[in-house]
Amino acid sequence: MDLGPHATFIIASYAAVSFVLGAMIAWLLYDGAQQKRLLEDLEARGVRRRSRGGNTKRKSAE
Amino acid sequence: MQNQSITQKLANPTRFMALSGAILPWLTALAIALIAFGLYRGWTAPPDYQQGETIKIMYIHVPMAWLGMMAYGVVAVSSFGLLVFRHPLADVSAKAAAPIGAAFTLLALLTGSLWGKPMWGTYWVWDARLTSVLLLFFLYLGLIALRSSIEEETLASKLTAVLALVGVVILPFIKISVEGMSIPWLGLEIPAWNTLHQPSSVFRSDGPKIHSSQLYPLLYSALGFTVLFFALHMKGMRNEILRRRVKALRMAQVDRARAEEQMAAAQ
Repeated sequence: MDLGPHATFIIASYAAVSFVLGAMIAWLLYDGAQQKRLLEDLEARGVRRRSRGGNTKRKSAE
Repeated sequence: MQNQSITQKLANPTRFMALSGAILPWLTALAIALIAFGLYRGWTAPPDYQQGETIKIMYIHVPMAWLGMMAYGVVAVSSFGLLVFRHPLADVSAKAAAPIGAAFTLLALLTGSLWGKPMWGTYWVWDARLTSVLLLFFLYLGLIALRSSIEEETLASKLTAVLALVGVVILPFIKISVEGMSIPWLGLEIPAWNTLHQPSSVFRSDGPKIHSSQLYPLLYSALGFTVLFFALHMKGMRNEILRRRVKALRMAQVDRARAEEQMAAAQ
Protein backbone atom coordinates (compact mmCIF):
# COMPACT_ATOMS: atom_id res chain seq x y z
CA MET A 1 0.00 0.00 0.00
CA ASP A 2 1.38 3.38 -1.01
CA LEU A 3 0.81 5.94 1.75
CA GLY A 4 2.26 8.80 -0.27
CA PRO A 5 4.81 11.42 0.80
CA HIS A 6 3.44 11.68 4.35
CA ALA A 7 3.63 7.96 5.18
CA THR A 8 5.90 8.63 8.18
CA PHE A 9 3.28 10.83 9.85
CA ILE A 10 0.50 8.28 9.27
CA ILE A 11 2.58 5.36 10.59
CA ALA A 12 3.84 7.41 13.56
CA SER A 13 0.23 8.31 14.49
CA TYR A 14 -0.93 4.70 14.48
CA ALA A 15 2.23 3.62 16.32
CA ALA A 16 1.60 6.22 19.03
CA VAL A 17 -2.01 5.06 19.51
CA SER A 18 -0.95 1.39 19.56
CA PHE A 19 1.83 2.06 22.05
CA VAL A 20 -0.11 4.26 24.49
CA LEU A 21 -3.30 2.17 24.44
CA GLY A 22 -1.24 -1.03 24.57
CA ALA A 23 0.63 0.29 27.62
CA MET A 24 -2.66 1.32 29.24
CA ILE A 25 -4.19 -2.14 28.68
CA ALA A 26 -1.02 -3.88 29.93
CA TRP A 27 -0.98 -1.70 33.06
CA LEU A 28 -4.67 -2.39 33.78
CA LEU A 29 -4.20 -6.15 33.35
CA TYR A 30 -1.04 -6.16 35.51
CA ASP A 31 -2.67 -4.03 38.20
CA GLY A 32 -5.78 -6.25 38.25
CA ALA A 33 -3.70 -9.43 38.55
CA GLN A 34 -1.56 -7.83 41.29
CA GLN A 35 -4.58 -6.75 43.38
CA LYS A 36 -6.25 -10.12 42.94
CA ARG A 37 -3.06 -11.89 44.08
CA LEU A 38 -2.73 -9.62 47.15
CA LEU A 39 -6.39 -10.19 48.07
CA GLU A 40 -6.13 -13.96 47.71
CA ASP A 41 -2.92 -13.92 49.76
CA LEU A 42 -4.59 -12.01 52.62
CA GLU A 43 -7.67 -14.23 52.52
CA ALA A 44 -5.50 -17.35 52.53
CA ARG A 45 -3.86 -16.08 55.72
CA GLY A 46 -7.30 -15.89 57.31
CA VAL A 47 -7.55 -12.09 57.42
CA ARG A 48 -11.18 -11.02 57.57
CA ARG A 49 -12.73 -7.57 57.46
CA ARG A 50 -14.00 -6.25 60.79
CA SER A 51 -12.70 -9.44 62.35
CA ARG A 52 -12.09 -7.68 65.67
CA GLY A 53 -14.74 -4.98 65.62
CA GLY A 54 -12.99 -3.15 62.81
CA ASN A 55 -13.90 0.36 61.82
CA THR A 56 -17.39 0.23 60.35
CA LYS A 57 -17.50 3.94 59.69
CA ARG A 58 -15.40 3.76 56.53
CA LYS A 59 -17.58 4.76 53.62
CA SER A 60 -15.38 4.00 50.64
CA ALA A 61 -16.27 1.23 48.21
CA GLU A 62 -14.38 -1.45 50.12
CA MET B 1 -35.07 -3.56 48.34
CA GLN B 2 -37.15 -4.70 45.36
CA ASN B 3 -37.74 -1.13 44.17
CA GLN B 4 -34.06 -0.28 43.78
CA SER B 5 -33.02 1.66 40.67
CA ILE B 6 -30.21 0.36 38.44
CA THR B 7 -27.86 2.95 39.99
CA GLN B 8 -28.77 1.77 43.49
CA LYS B 9 -28.30 -1.87 42.50
CA LEU B 10 -24.88 -1.10 41.04
CA ALA B 11 -23.96 0.84 44.18
CA ASN B 12 -23.11 -2.50 45.73
CA PRO B 13 -19.44 -3.16 44.79
CA THR B 14 -19.91 -6.95 45.05
CA ARG B 15 -22.82 -6.83 42.63
CA PHE B 16 -20.85 -4.51 40.32
CA MET B 17 -17.91 -6.95 40.33
CA ALA B 18 -20.17 -9.85 39.36
CA LEU B 19 -21.97 -7.92 36.63
CA SER B 20 -18.86 -6.25 35.18
CA GLY B 21 -16.99 -9.57 35.24
CA ALA B 22 -19.67 -11.05 32.99
CA ILE B 23 -19.92 -8.02 30.67
CA LEU B 24 -16.22 -7.13 30.27
CA PRO B 25 -15.16 -9.93 27.85
CA TRP B 26 -18.10 -9.14 25.54
CA LEU B 27 -17.42 -5.42 25.69
CA THR B 28 -13.76 -5.98 24.83
CA ALA B 29 -14.62 -8.27 21.92
CA LEU B 30 -17.15 -5.73 20.59
CA ALA B 31 -14.59 -2.91 20.85
CA ILE B 32 -11.94 -4.91 18.95
CA ALA B 33 -14.43 -5.88 16.24
CA LEU B 34 -15.72 -2.32 15.76
CA ILE B 35 -12.24 -0.74 15.73
CA ALA B 36 -10.92 -3.38 13.31
CA PHE B 37 -13.94 -2.93 11.01
CA GLY B 38 -13.79 0.88 11.15
CA LEU B 39 -10.06 1.05 10.48
CA TYR B 40 -10.31 -1.55 7.70
CA ARG B 41 -13.03 0.53 6.02
CA GLY B 42 -10.97 3.67 6.56
CA TRP B 43 -7.76 2.23 5.14
CA THR B 44 -9.57 0.85 2.07
CA ALA B 45 -11.47 4.12 1.43
CA PRO B 46 -10.23 6.37 -1.39
CA PRO B 47 -7.79 9.14 -0.33
CA ASP B 48 -9.15 12.60 0.38
CA TYR B 49 -9.07 15.01 -2.58
CA GLN B 50 -7.25 17.63 -0.49
CA GLN B 51 -5.46 15.77 2.28
CA GLY B 52 -4.55 12.61 0.37
CA GLU B 53 -3.60 9.62 2.50
CA THR B 54 -3.16 11.70 5.67
CA ILE B 55 -6.94 11.47 6.08
CA LYS B 56 -6.18 8.05 7.61
CA ILE B 57 -4.99 9.89 10.73
CA MET B 58 -8.55 11.21 11.15
CA TYR B 59 -9.86 7.70 12.00
CA ILE B 60 -7.80 7.71 15.18
CA HIS B 61 -7.35 11.42 15.92
CA VAL B 62 -11.05 12.32 16.02
CA PRO B 63 -12.07 9.42 18.33
CA MET B 64 -9.14 10.23 20.65
CA ALA B 65 -10.23 13.87 20.84
CA TRP B 66 -13.89 12.99 21.44
CA LEU B 67 -13.01 10.45 24.11
CA GLY B 68 -10.53 12.76 25.82
CA MET B 69 -13.47 15.10 26.42
CA MET B 70 -16.04 12.38 27.10
CA ALA B 71 -13.79 10.82 29.74
CA TYR B 72 -13.65 14.18 31.48
CA GLY B 73 -17.45 14.21 31.38
CA VAL B 74 -17.41 10.81 33.11
CA VAL B 75 -14.98 12.17 35.75
CA ALA B 76 -17.21 15.22 36.28
CA VAL B 77 -20.49 13.26 36.52
CA SER B 78 -18.86 10.75 38.89
CA SER B 79 -17.50 13.61 41.00
CA PHE B 80 -20.98 15.11 41.15
CA GLY B 81 -22.32 11.69 42.17
CA LEU B 82 -19.77 11.52 44.96
CA LEU B 83 -20.30 15.03 46.33
CA VAL B 84 -24.10 15.16 46.03
CA PHE B 85 -25.38 11.58 46.23
CA ARG B 86 -22.40 9.95 48.01
CA HIS B 87 -22.70 7.03 45.61
CA PRO B 88 -20.22 4.38 46.81
CA LEU B 89 -18.89 3.71 43.32
CA ALA B 90 -18.76 7.33 42.15
CA ASP B 91 -15.27 7.95 43.47
CA VAL B 92 -14.08 4.61 42.10
CA SER B 93 -15.43 5.66 38.70
CA ALA B 94 -13.82 9.13 38.81
CA LYS B 95 -10.46 7.71 39.88
CA ALA B 96 -10.50 5.02 37.19
CA ALA B 97 -11.54 7.39 34.37
CA ALA B 98 -8.85 10.04 34.94
CA PRO B 99 -5.73 8.18 33.67
CA ILE B 100 -7.68 6.71 30.74
CA GLY B 101 -8.95 10.17 29.80
CA ALA B 102 -5.41 11.54 30.12
CA ALA B 103 -4.15 8.82 27.74
CA PHE B 104 -6.84 9.61 25.14
CA THR B 105 -6.17 13.35 25.42
CA LEU B 106 -2.42 12.80 25.04
CA LEU B 107 -3.12 10.73 21.92
CA ALA B 108 -5.40 13.45 20.52
CA LEU B 109 -2.53 15.91 20.96
CA LEU B 110 0.09 13.57 19.48
CA THR B 111 -1.95 12.45 16.47
CA GLY B 112 -3.18 16.01 15.89
CA SER B 113 0.40 17.23 15.88
CA LEU B 114 1.43 14.49 13.44
CA TRP B 115 -1.52 15.41 11.22
CA GLY B 116 -0.82 19.13 11.54
CA LYS B 117 2.75 19.01 10.26
CA PRO B 118 1.94 17.78 6.72
CA MET B 119 -1.34 19.77 6.52
CA TRP B 120 -0.53 23.07 8.29
CA GLY B 121 3.26 22.98 7.98
CA THR B 122 3.73 22.94 11.76
CA TYR B 123 3.47 20.44 14.60
CA TRP B 124 2.05 22.99 17.02
CA VAL B 125 0.51 26.44 17.24
CA TRP B 126 -0.67 28.15 20.40
CA ASP B 127 -4.19 28.62 19.12
CA ALA B 128 -7.40 28.27 21.12
CA ARG B 129 -8.30 24.65 20.24
CA LEU B 130 -4.84 23.14 20.67
CA THR B 131 -4.10 25.12 23.81
CA SER B 132 -7.45 24.27 25.43
CA VAL B 133 -6.93 20.54 24.77
CA LEU B 134 -3.42 20.85 26.25
CA LEU B 135 -5.05 22.46 29.32
CA LEU B 136 -7.46 19.51 29.49
CA PHE B 137 -4.45 17.17 29.55
CA PHE B 138 -2.83 19.21 32.35
CA LEU B 139 -6.14 19.16 34.22
CA TYR B 140 -6.15 15.36 34.12
CA LEU B 141 -2.57 15.33 35.41
CA GLY B 142 -3.61 17.79 38.14
CA LEU B 143 -6.48 15.51 39.23
CA ILE B 144 -4.19 12.48 39.37
CA ALA B 145 -1.45 14.41 41.21
CA LEU B 146 -3.87 15.95 43.72
CA ARG B 147 -5.39 12.59 44.59
CA SER B 148 -2.04 10.88 45.02
CA SER B 149 -0.63 13.74 47.13
CA ILE B 150 -3.25 13.34 49.91
CA GLU B 151 -2.95 10.24 52.04
CA GLU B 152 -6.41 10.38 53.64
CA GLU B 153 -8.57 8.77 50.99
CA THR B 154 -11.92 10.42 51.79
CA LEU B 155 -10.39 13.90 51.78
CA ALA B 156 -8.47 13.15 48.57
CA SER B 157 -11.70 12.00 46.89
CA LYS B 158 -13.63 15.12 47.89
CA LEU B 159 -10.92 17.60 46.92
CA THR B 160 -10.34 15.85 43.59
CA ALA B 161 -14.09 15.88 42.93
CA VAL B 162 -14.28 19.64 43.62
CA LEU B 163 -11.36 20.31 41.24
CA ALA B 164 -12.96 18.07 38.61
CA LEU B 165 -16.24 20.02 38.79
CA VAL B 166 -14.46 23.38 38.64
CA GLY B 167 -12.43 22.15 35.66
CA VAL B 168 -15.50 21.06 33.70
CA VAL B 169 -15.64 24.60 32.26
CA ILE B 170 -12.84 23.50 29.91
CA LEU B 171 -15.25 21.31 27.89
CA PRO B 172 -17.48 24.05 26.40
CA PHE B 173 -14.35 26.17 26.02
CA ILE B 174 -12.79 23.50 23.76
CA LYS B 175 -15.96 23.41 21.64
CA ILE B 176 -16.41 27.19 21.48
CA SER B 177 -12.72 27.78 20.72
CA VAL B 178 -13.19 26.85 17.06
CA GLU B 179 -16.87 27.28 16.36
CA GLY B 180 -17.96 30.09 18.64
CA MET B 181 -21.42 30.01 20.14
CA SER B 182 -24.68 31.73 19.31
CA ILE B 183 -27.76 31.53 21.53
CA PRO B 184 -30.01 34.30 20.19
CA TRP B 185 -32.79 33.96 22.80
CA LEU B 186 -30.19 34.49 25.52
CA GLY B 187 -28.50 37.28 23.62
CA LEU B 188 -25.27 35.25 23.79
CA GLU B 189 -22.87 35.65 20.89
CA ILE B 190 -19.36 34.28 21.31
CA PRO B 191 -17.29 34.61 18.13
CA ALA B 192 -14.95 31.80 17.08
CA TRP B 193 -11.31 32.49 17.80
CA ASN B 194 -8.78 32.77 15.01
CA THR B 195 -7.50 29.22 14.73
CA LEU B 196 -5.87 26.80 12.32
CA HIS B 197 -8.07 23.96 13.54
CA GLN B 198 -11.07 23.22 11.34
CA PRO B 199 -14.61 23.24 12.77
CA SER B 200 -16.46 19.96 13.32
CA SER B 201 -17.17 18.07 10.10
CA VAL B 202 -19.53 15.50 11.58
CA PHE B 203 -21.88 16.96 14.18
CA ARG B 204 -23.23 20.05 12.43
CA SER B 205 -26.69 21.55 12.26
CA ASP B 206 -26.51 21.36 8.45
CA GLY B 207 -25.35 17.71 8.41
CA PRO B 208 -21.92 16.07 8.10
CA LYS B 209 -19.45 17.74 5.74
CA ILE B 210 -17.37 14.70 4.88
CA HIS B 211 -17.99 12.07 2.24
CA SER B 212 -19.79 8.90 3.32
CA SER B 213 -16.73 6.80 2.35
CA GLN B 214 -14.87 8.58 5.18
CA LEU B 215 -17.80 9.31 7.49
CA TYR B 216 -18.90 5.70 8.13
CA PRO B 217 -15.39 4.35 8.87
CA LEU B 218 -14.93 7.30 11.24
CA LEU B 219 -18.21 6.55 13.03
CA TYR B 220 -17.40 2.82 13.35
CA SER B 221 -13.92 3.65 14.62
CA ALA B 222 -15.28 6.24 17.08
CA LEU B 223 -17.92 3.80 18.33
CA GLY B 224 -15.27 1.08 18.71
CA PHE B 225 -12.92 3.32 20.69
CA THR B 226 -15.88 4.49 22.82
CA VAL B 227 -16.72 0.87 23.69
CA LEU B 228 -13.00 0.34 24.39
CA PHE B 229 -13.04 3.31 26.76
CA PHE B 230 -15.94 1.81 28.71
CA ALA B 231 -14.19 -1.58 28.80
CA LEU B 232 -10.99 0.04 30.11
CA HIS B 233 -12.99 2.12 32.58
CA MET B 234 -14.80 -0.96 33.84
CA LYS B 235 -11.51 -2.82 34.25
CA GLY B 236 -10.02 0.19 36.07
CA MET B 237 -13.02 0.28 38.42
CA ARG B 238 -12.70 -3.44 39.13
CA ASN B 239 -9.00 -2.96 39.94
CA GLU B 240 -9.80 -0.06 42.25
CA ILE B 241 -12.48 -2.05 44.11
CA LEU B 242 -9.97 -4.89 44.60
CA ARG B 243 -7.34 -2.35 45.78
CA ARG B 244 -9.78 -0.99 48.38
CA ARG B 245 -10.64 -4.50 49.55
CA VAL B 246 -6.92 -5.23 49.97
CA LYS B 247 -6.55 -2.00 51.93
CA ALA B 248 -9.57 -2.85 54.12
CA LEU B 249 -8.15 -6.30 54.88
CA ARG B 250 -4.75 -4.83 55.76
CA MET B 251 -6.44 -2.33 58.08
CA ALA B 252 -8.38 -5.19 59.71
CA GLN B 253 -5.10 -7.08 60.08
CA VAL B 254 -3.48 -4.10 61.78
CA ASP B 255 -6.55 -3.59 64.03
CA ARG B 256 -6.43 -7.23 65.08
CA ALA B 257 -2.68 -7.13 65.77
CA ARG B 258 -3.14 -3.99 67.90
CA ALA B 259 -6.02 -5.56 69.85
CA GLU B 260 -3.94 -8.68 70.50
CA GLU B 261 -1.02 -6.55 71.69
CA GLN B 262 -3.34 -4.67 74.07
CA MET B 263 -4.78 -7.92 75.42
CA ALA B 264 -1.29 -9.35 75.93
CA ALA B 265 -0.19 -6.17 77.72
CA ALA B 266 -3.25 -6.26 79.97
CA GLN B 267 -2.57 -9.86 81.10
